[in-house]
Amino acid sequence: MTNALIIRSTSISVGGKMLVSNLDLVVEPGTVATVMGPSGSGKSTLISFIGGHLDSSFHATGKVLIGSRDITDLPAEQRGIGILFQDDLLFPHLSAGANLAFGLAQSVSGREARRQRVAEALVEADLSGFEERDPATLSGGQRARVALMRTLLAAPKALLLDEPFSKLDSDLRREFRRFVFDRAIVKRLPVLLVTHDASDAEAANGRIVKLAS
Amino acid sequence: MDAALRQIRVRIRGLSLFPTGLRPWHMVSAIVFGVLGIPIAAGLFLTVLPAFGYLPSIGGEALSLDPWCELFHTPGIATSLRITVTTGLVATLLALVLSFSFCAVVHGRMRDRGAESFLAPLLAAPHAAMAIGLAFLIAPSGWLIRLSNPWLTDYTVPPDIASVHDPWGIALVLGLLVKEMPFLLIVILGALNQIPVGQQMRAGRALGYGQGVVWIKIIAPQVYAQIRLPVYVILAFSLSVVDMALILAPGNPPPLSVVALRWFMAPDVTRYLPAAAAAMLQLLVVVAAIGLWRFGEQGVALIGLWWMTRGGRGVTGEPGLKLAAAFAMIGLALGLGSLVTLAIWSFAWRWPFPDALPSTWSLEIWGRQAHTLIWPLANTITLAGLATVASVFLSIAWLETGDRMGRRRQTAVFHPIYIPLLLPQIAFMFGAQVLVLKLRADGTFLAVAWVHLLFVFPYVLLALVDPWKALDPRYARSASALGASPAGTLIRVKLPILLRPILIASAIGFSVSVAQYLPTLFVGGGRLATLTTEAVAMASGGDRRVVGVFAFLQTLLPFTVYLAALIIPRIVFADRRALSGRT
Repeated sequence: MTNALIIRSTSISVGGKMLVSNLDLVVEPGTVATVMGPSGSGKSTLISFIGGHLDSSFHATGKVLIGSRDITDLPAEQRGIGILFQDDLLFPHLSAGANLAFGLAQSVSGREARRQRVAEALVEADLSGFEERDPATLSGGQRARVALMRTLLAAPKALLLDEPFSKLDSDLRREFRRFVFDRAIVKRLPVLLVTHDASDAEAANGRIVKLAS
Repeated sequence: MDAALRQIRVRIRGLSLFPTGLRPWHMVSAIVFGVLGIPIAAGLFLTVLPAFGYLPSIGGEALSLDPWCELFHTPGIATSLRITVTTGLVATLLALVLSFSFCAVVHGRMRDRGAESFLAPLLAAPHAAMAIGLAFLIAPSGWLIRLSNPWLTDYTVPPDIASVHDPWGIALVLGLLVKEMPFLLIVILGALNQIPVGQQMRAGRALGYGQGVVWIKIIAPQVYAQIRLPVYVILAFSLSVVDMALILAPGNPPPLSVVALRWFMAPDVTRYLPAAAAAMLQLLVVVAAIGLWRFGEQGVALIGLWWMTRGGRGVTGEPGLKLAAAFAMIGLALGLGSLVTLAIWSFAWRWPFPDALPSTWSLEIWGRQAHTLIWPLANTITLAGLATVASVFLSIAWLETGDRMGRRRQTAVFHPIYIPLLLPQIAFMFGAQVLVLKLRADGTFLAVAWVHLLFVFPYVLLALVDPWKALDPRYARSASALGASPAGTLIRVKLPILLRPILIASAIGFSVSVAQYLPTLFVGGGRLATLTTEAVAMASGGDRRVVGVFAFLQTLLPFTVYLAALIIPRIVFADRRALSGRT
């Protein structure tokens, strides 16, 4: 039971400079749409707008919907939109397991049930038994996988990817990209990827929108 | 129905501690400006009036210039003014030049953490304790002469030289230098981290400039632009310091701030009027000096630009820098030596002149003083605790509401919240005392903690602003994308990650409160004794061993808190490499 992510006639400007103009985009569940453009073209700004994190210096118009539900005016924490950033942003004061538990939706209740879900997520990320590990001691690829699992455990209704592959080297990059797309497609999530890398767009195998600089 | 319920839930959330929207920012601003502004505005106003003869409680009901006439007809007032201006300007200028030279020579050879740990005791030590230690060190019967005795000098009785309370105020300049230099060093090291020093050094040398000249022509101007506020704070402080002046400066005539204090404390209440005039004159001196300093800045900038664009490469700056750095080292050594002297005196039993060390050691004085120490110690800790906790809460509220408003410029360097650090305390403490008397709150912990807050809060905020802004905003975004509320994000993500800087800011706030002398004296109405007020009161003429006990404890207390601030994150985050603060 998933819905499309719909961006309707959206324009974003900052200080009189138009970054995104009149964008319409529908991302169907289980597909990955790609927004491409050089740095400074407003890709990350678009992600911030959809996720509800836009700085007050930006001026934005338009609507964001999940299926028929308009979420444009909801605060970020009530939108149910997961984001992966360029950096993994694992909380440095929490263990790998606690990071996942932070993300895990509250609907999973009971200590044992939550512990179980976190353990399963670690197995899925090929990190079984890593509950107590300090994130600072994990490798880049391991951290990236924990970050994805943390996002998915929150049971988002859509997934935004803000160049999460760009800091990984090419083998790891391909592997992690596959890992992300596979899980998103299995969960039938609409996925919006922003990148400036053509191979990412190709691997996404979906609609491509280009932003001018 | 479901939508309606959701609406209600949103509304209820809207009432939470930090709802989104305009209001919390305005509320926090109003609280901060009220808490800081009311005592300052009232304090200034209630000091200006008596300066012009209006103080009904002692019968002054008409405005007049008599207090000013009286002030200017006081014998020695011109000398007082001269001592104030020269010691303040010279101490600030020297502190700036020596600190910068020290950084130029040491930067790159010493890790910042290393610098921080050896500067920590000097930073934590209250001004009064440092001044007492310095007096014990450089006095005719002080430790320096004892140490130099049989092999360099040959005294059997202390020489007859006025090395403390000297008529020119050299001892005061030295004391200010020893206390302000560590502060400036920390500030300059922080500023250097914002500049790509290594790259610019390479670029400058590739253009044919020597290392020392690159420091002076390229690095120094960029550093100075970042540290102007701390420099002004030091200037204002040096011009108007009271506790250090009581211990180190000449007594007859004393600097202006001490003139005002003596009259305010005089049994004859008619002295309040010229005292208020002296306090206002002190304020004018500080304002004029800052104006003069700014004028000087522009002159230096103009000449400097001419000098830099001339392209001269012949001069070498290094010998000068190294000499100045050596003087800075001596200054730091004197500071550490002062603190060691305090410790030795507090554990001495018999220490006849000219022995280098006590002939008998004992804990006797500590034991004997225990009952007189305990209340000032408890008062000091209570006041510092209250002021620090309140300041940390206010700072976090200030920064967090600023984040939510998307305000990035809220703490511009010359923001009004730093005004308390630029005003001479003597200029508004009498008025603040009158205010709390009217509120019937004089001598209460709350009133004294409140005036401590005026000085603690700006330092806590200054210490917290940079780490707070350096925190990647995407942590908070990640947390809210995972469904955490704004309050949850603050408590579960931001505050834990910022634990170390929060604790360090608290330790700085604590030491600022412990060091307060005038605010405690005036608003406490003499009834709230702290380690600082006791140490200053005993400093001249008391038994050195007893004074040593008070001043050493006064240093030990903030230092312990600072150590705790460094150690706690290591324990709490023992298995979190990114946060334990270990390198």
